[in-house]
Amino acid sequence: MFKTHVVQKGMTLPIMGSPSDLLGTLESTTTFAITPDSYLGLVPKLAVKEGDKVLAGDSILFHKKDDRIRITSPVSGVVTSIVRGAKRRLEHVLIEADAVQAYASFPKGHPANRDEVIERLTASGLWTMLEMRPYGIIANPNDQPKAVFINAMATAPFAPEASITLKGREMDFQSGIKVLSLLASKTVLSIAEDESSTALVGAENVEIHRFQGQHPAGNTSVHIAHVSPLNKGEVVWAIDAQDVAILGQFFRLGEVHLERVITMGGTGFVDPSYVKAMPCMQLTSVMDEALRVDRTYRVISGSVLTGQAVGKDGFLSYNANQLTAIPEGEGTEFFGWVLPNIRKFSKNRTFISWMFPHRKYDLSTKMNGEDRNFVMTGEYDRVFPFDILPNQLLKAMWANDLESMEALGAYEVVEEDFALCEVICTSKQPLQSLVRSALDMLHAEMN
Amino acid sequence: MKFLQNIFDATRPAVTDGKFKALMPMHNALETMMFVPDHNTDNGSHVRDAIDLKRTMVTVIFALMPALLFGLFNAGYQHYKALGLLVDGDLISQFLTLDNALFGAWRLVPMILVTYAAGLGVEMVFAFKNKHAVAEGFLVSGILIPLIMPLDMPLWMIAVSTIFAVLIAKEVFGGTGMNILNIALTARAFAFFAYPSVMSGDKAWVNTTTEAGQSVVDGYSGATALGEMAATGSSSYSAWDAFIGIIPGSIGETSVVMILLGAVLLIVTRIASWKIMLSAVMGALLMGWIFNGLASYMISPEQQVYMAMPFYEHLLYGGFAFGIVFMATDPVSSAHTERGKWIFGFLVGMLSIIIRVFNPAYPEGVMLAILFMNVMAPLIDHYVVAANISRRQKRSTVKAS
Repeated sequence: MFKTHVVQKGMTLPIMGSPSDLLGTLESTTTFAITPDSYLGLVPKLAVKEGDKVLAGDSILFHKKDDRIRITSPVSGVVTSIVRGAKRRLEHVLIEADAVQAYASFPKGHPANRDEVIERLTASGLWTMLEMRPYGIIANPNDQPKAVFINAMATAPFAPEASITLKGREMDFQSGIKVLSLLASKTVLSIAEDESSTALVGAENVEIHRFQGQHPAGNTSVHIAHVSPLNKGEVVWAIDAQDVAILGQFFRLGEVHLERVITMGGTGFVDPSYVKAMPCMQLTSVMDEALRVDRTYRVISGSVLTGQAVGKDGFLSYNANQLTAIPEGEGTEFFGWVLPNIRKFSKNRTFISWMFPHRKYDLSTKMNGEDRNFVMTGEYDRVFPFDILPNQLLKAMWANDLESMEALGAYEVVEEDFALCEVICTSKQPLQSLVRSALDMLHAEMN
Repeated sequence: MKFLQNIFDATRPAVTDGKFKALMPMHNALETMMFVPDHNTDNGSHVRDAIDLKRTMVTVIFALMPALLFGLFNAGYQHYKALGLLVDGDLISQFLTLDNALFGAWRLVPMILVTYAAGLGVEMVFAFKNKHAVAEGFLVSGILIPLIMPLDMPLWMIAVSTIFAVLIAKEVFGGTGMNILNIALTARAFAFFAYPSVMSGDKAWVNTTTEAGQSVVDGYSGATALGEMAATGSSSYSAWDAFIGIIPGSIGETSVVMILLGAVLLIVTRIASWKIMLSAVMGALLMGWIFNGLASYMISPEQQVYMAMPFYEHLLYGGFAFGIVFMATDPVSSAHTERGKWIFGFLVGMLSIIIRVFNPAYPEGVMLAILFMNVMAPLIDHYVVAANISRRQKRSTVKAS
């Protein structure tokens, strides 16, 4: 029915702790934090002072370069403190939520045209759900994208299935698509090859593409590369399927309701499952209940491949659709590099474990070695499904060689596409941070 | 193992801040060799594959072991054969003797120790100077170098060759991962041109030192198969002998069957590129086959005989198999792109046979072929990369028009 794209290369991380399909609830917390650093491309300017009262949807931050773009509060409450780091760098804006939530009111109803969509989305702060490709930063409302890509395919470890997160919000999802279709001449919805949810396969006003393959087959960059490759000067906007439903709800009610369904995955959780959660919420009380206590666990806002380690007292990121908890690595291993090591995960076949492809592992945060120069070649190619030479592109980024980066395809990828390369890298190179800083530099040079 | 860990923990302050700062790289190298360190990931991917460079390198060393062990026996066997001291009996009872192995080990072990001492010494100095950890690249080079040098080579020559190779071919370019030439072959090339009398000739590859009362058998020549071919066009050793490896030669190179065992390990573990190995074999076969066709047009009769040799036998003689499996596949100095690897390997194979057949001064062609292609590899990659870039540009212009 729809076109199916087969993604040959990739890898399913054999990690234990997959969430069950059950939907639980997270104990609500009262402290929320807006963290400017987590909004890529944002130059923050404060819109509030300590002690200000805000409604859910009221502005907290502006983007210095375009004050239409703003970050709004997920809850109503009081701004309790503005936390600054070294050189007065803005780290968090902390908000203490009211017991009864009140919402700022925005216009209701379906927007008439593109300008109205942009105006209402930026005013409500929901604009930040749109990501710009290239660069993987907050979309620029002045751009004319050639397409909007809606991602409803999860291949990252423990990532939530769109069919579960959209349950009960099918109408909002569909009206969200309708709104987005005003933004560009082409709207693309990418779904898994075996997807059967009617909300997805029956979606209208959108071009549906199926994708088959292991991670990173669910990454938006892969979808763009197959459907409409990005050339220099072209722009695509990308958005997650659940955010489309949030957007649809906003246009229906005229209020900002950000609650979303996320997964809690990983062996650190007593009961890995789906839960309803508010973005930006503090995790302390939640983690006291949900985390196991037998070992030290790392809590990650986001996936185990791309998320941020937030610590038990940290906050859920504004855009996270999963929480992960995996054990911290502990101790040294005597001659670990010589022994056959049947019980160790490796994509590489120097470990006997490659003969047991279906085995799953309780993976910890161990680095398993020290960082080295690039030595092996052809390694990344096995998990990197693009017509891009990964080693050469990464070396161009290493050398800050803008011209080569551009020629080798830097516009077509973001850091998450290199996550698996980073996992399997023999030389333990920090690829994602390398790609991020290179893309930031490229963006700064080109604009 | 707790007590070892305690020793490292107790001595760490002295080398990080104390007066033994110069020993920091050595402390770190020893500690990380015994214990996989307890480093954890930062942000980015929070889990990592169990592989690291040490594991990769030690796998190559395991792959070298069959050839190395066989070489020990063969060194002793060739020595006692030259002196006419083999006991009567079948080949197996003559070959697999403790005497043979001890004879080989007695010479090879000091070579390995000297190579490691020289090479790692240079690495440590640079690690200290540039403030980085000692990389593992030399773990393999340190075994490869003794395996391709003559058994009788004075140890100081090995040390000088090793130091030259590590300095000029590696550290000058930035250390492991940055070199353009294969380190072990650079050491061998240096020795080949600096000490030709030790590295070539009939006496080089079989130890014929005699003790009181011993003498070399009348009419014995220690020439290698390739040496004979360069001189007369044919060899007194059969292809079968060469395949098994009971012929004169450097320790590692003679036994094709043992090298194949190593090749299987390297290919299964994906440490070495099967593309390079396969294409090199295809290149050599093609060149041998072309020579078969051209043999009758040659002027000298030796050349005619040499070129008429069945084309597949080229794979069995000399260091071809060893070079292709363990040196052409060096990930750093070979082509880095997957398409480039096919071209790289193919040209290594062709050039090895061309040099071997046409240049009697260098009966061993594979060394120069690989070194030459090491230099050419970036050029091959350049064109593969350019093709990728132009595909991208084409897509964008087609779209624009």
